[in-house]
Amino acid sequence: MGDRGSDGHTAVDRRSERELIVTRVFNAPIRLVFDAWTKPELFKLWWAPRSIGVPILSCEMDVRTGGSYRITFGRDASDAMAFFGKYLEVSPPSRLVWTNDESDAAAVTTVTFEEKDGGTLLVLQELYPSKEALEDAFVGMEDAMPEQFVQLDELLISLDASG
Amino acid sequence: MKTIRMLKTLNYMVQFSPARLDACFSALSDSTRRGVIEHLGTADASITELAEKFHMTLTGMKKHVGVLEQAGLVTTEKVGRVRTCKLGPRGLEEGAAWIEARRHIWNARFDALDEIVEALTRKEKVDGRQRE
Repeated sequence: MGDRGSDGHTAVDRRSERELIVTRVFNAPIRLVFDAWTKPELFKLWWAPRSIGVPILSCEMDVRTGGSYRITFGRDASDAMAFFGKYLEVSPPSRLVWTNDESDAAAVTTVTFEEKDGGTLLVLQELYPSKEALEDAFVGMEDAMPEQFVQLDELLISLDASG
Repeated sequence: MKTIRMLKTLNYMVQFSPARLDACFSALSDSTRRGVIEHLGTADASITELAEKFHMTLTGMKKHVGVLEQAGLVTTEKVGRVRTCKLGPRGLEEGAAWIEARRHIWNARFDALDEIVEALTRKEKVDGRQRE
């Protein structure tokens, strides 16, 4: 129905008013998938893929229960945007829970890793404080980056000039 | 490419009024109403036909259709004494596009993660063979 999306790889499901579930199976052992989420040198290789359009500037992660993380995105320090929070639970290699403290309306994220046919079933849950918070949450980094709006302005100006 | 994606994203943001999304998702939270939507996807139907199909009273079905109509998921038209229900033109598309925008981001991310963990797996296999 209208509350589900899938292309056979990544499935997204709005499980309830405040809850979004993302699932995907990876063809790799659970231990390595967990590593890719908890070692900063691996994490920063994939969390901001090229198609998202904004690179990771820095990534600090103290991956233990009660530890903090801080990730910044942007081209340079002047237009950087920080995402930060705390790990509420770190249980290798099956479960990670963290807060997103950059906004009062941000979700608590829970990621579980489960062995499945030699691969790894990953389930990511975002639990928002209210249904409004879920619906208003940014679709992705690109919405939040001022630089992108500058590019859009430029494009609209050039379209206007040529029209 | 990048600008096209950006325009699409912006379009999503403009398109989704939170109030409409609320109405849309709360309408879809009921299994009978989801059933009605599915049924109307195959053929238009009168309220009487829907009530019979879902073993409900006429009043009960009128309420459900009212909720779907409020959310823009269904439109109704009264001809003579019969009220015919059909799928709304864009209600479902809006909900689906909202999910699709989120799926787009996670899929890009997880495609990149997939490459990393597959490379790690291959490396481990090679290292394992070299040790043997």
